[in-house]
Amino acid sequence: MPYTIAEKILLAHTDKKNISPGEFIEARVDIALGNDITAPFAIEQFKKTGIEQVFNNKRVVLVPDHFAPAKDLKSANQCKILANFAKEQKLVNYFEVGCMGIEHALLPEMGLVLPGDLVIGADSHTCTYGALGIYATGVGSTDLARAFVDGQCWFKVPPTIKFIYKGKLNKWVGGKDLILFTIGKIGVDGALYKVMEFSGPVIEKLPMDDRFSMSNMAIEAGARAGIIAPDEITFKYIKEAIKSEKHKASRKKVSLKDFVKWSELKSDPGARFEKVIEWDISGLEPVVACPHLPSNVKPASELSAVQLDQVVIGSCTNGRISDLRIAAKILKGKKIKSGLRLIIIPATQKIYLEAVHEGLAEIFVKAGGVFSTPTCGPCLGGHVGILTEGEKCLATTNRNFIGRMGHAKSEVYLSNPAVAAASAITGRITHPESVL
Amino acid sequence: MIIKGKVHKFGNDINTDDIIAAKYLVTTDEKELGSHCMETIASDFAKKVSSGDIIVGGKNFGCGSSREHAPVAIKGCGIGAVLAKSFAGIFFRNAINVGLPFLELENIEAIDDGDLLEIDLSSGIIKNLTKKQTYETQPFPEFLQNIVSQGGLMNYVRKKGQKTNV
Repeated sequence: MPYTIAEKILLAHTDKKNISPGEFIEARVDIALGNDITAPFAIEQFKKTGIEQVFNNKRVVLVPDHFAPAKDLKSANQCKILANFAKEQKLVNYFEVGCMGIEHALLPEMGLVLPGDLVIGADSHTCTYGALGIYATGVGSTDLARAFVDGQCWFKVPPTIKFIYKGKLNKWVGGKDLILFTIGKIGVDGALYKVMEFSGPVIEKLPMDDRFSMSNMAIEAGARAGIIAPDEITFKYIKEAIKSEKHKASRKKVSLKDFVKWSELKSDPGARFEKVIEWDISGLEPVVACPHLPSNVKPASELSAVQLDQVVIGSCTNGRISDLRIAAKILKGKKIKSGLRLIIIPATQKIYLEAVHEGLAEIFVKAGGVFSTPTCGPCLGGHVGILTEGEKCLATTNRNFIGRMGHAKSEVYLSNPAVAAASAITGRITHPESVL
Repeated sequence: MIIKGKVHKFGNDINTDDIIAAKYLVTTDEKELGSHCMETIASDFAKKVSSGDIIVGGKNFGCGSSREHAPVAIKGCGIGAVLAKSFAGIFFRNAINVGLPFLELENIEAIDDGDLLEIDLSSGIIKNLTKKQTYETQPFPEFLQNIVSQGGLMNYVRKKGQKTNV
């Protein structure tokens, strides 16, 4: 029977002979992830079962990243719950401040998630790993607690929508623009309870970091997963990631056979897609999602009247090294608009160090920006850049809901890192071309 | 199980930041979370709710983050059930897992803010006592009914585990 990538991965994690969309299944997960917001709830429920050990101390991953380094007493308590549980359970993959990064940048970078995996995370942006050919999906704390017990999770097999991107990407247009464009077209429930499969000549050439940005925001269209078939670009990334000590301590040694198997992880000819949507994106300009939905998308060049108080470059969507390189290219030798706050947050310690070595950190600081330790921080209104009443922020993050970054009467606009950096210089939403 | 209460009506795409803002995610206490439910978009919501009241939303209710604190906050402020045209995937899972009753209803437009509803969860029949109307909804699929009837996911897993061990 011909299957989509998503169906193939789900099927391979059950004992069933075949599956079809709409069916309820119980499947074995490769990785179960929690953070400082969602894991305390899961740990509390796991402890109530009286079961002493988690199903696998290498496959439960805990990352305190949302309110860490702890922003206040209550979040310090939450982080402590994770640290204690990691110690009790001898978890191999607990990432303390100093090792931690934003979970969805960290797990791929450490080679903890691999093509063909089935991954659940008690965080909606777990779908990010789909960029590596993984069925990765966000769940709640109780689902995570259940996975702690037996390494399993229930799924309703979703149908897949295939997206084909044709044409040539304009300069300053990247994965973030492609996904914002897509959500703008189909709406915030355009892929509700579906899998989005991103494909076509544009995706085949798209760098890994841009692919992560796309899969990351699949949830913003309501999707359960956002998957890209693994290829040479994926394998180059994986070869680097599996050098990490955490990978070696947690996963079976990757062999040539695995790469061969992963190169065959594609949707079969004749696989059932609920819909196939094809776009020529040759004319696409950098876009911005305006308040208060990620689907409220307009060309950046049409928004020059929007005056900004803050710009944030970071998050699980766009806090990777290539995002920082793009921002630095635009900010080099320039000063940000007086009175504006520019906050740059590399997503992991590795990215942080790379940014220091490459001189990016210096460019940001000299431009008048803040260069922070990794954290989800302002993206969800946690810390490191909360907005007060009436303030406007342009961010490379993923959500612009009412009050997302602070006060209910503040506004968040979403863009790629090039538009964000250019806008920090002028103090209003700006096409990168106009500051160079 | 019958739930009878007054309707608090909301629009489309009510997200989990609307339901409970991230700044309150430093606790798992149901009552404390409940006291801040919907605060960002309806500041005095929690005070207006009487026990057993019903939230009626549009499409894509509960979109956004995976925070299970969202259905917990809704329960915590006294809401007895949620009706919506459609629910976001993670919210759907979480509502089942924490035991927040909810039903999908296509004809949501027929219901107005303040209407008095009587919901029979086992049959999926909803009576609008104010408008003297009756609406029928699809009952849960068997797989999910099984989880709900066993008192939530953790009980379901515990029982399932015991069976395999025998």
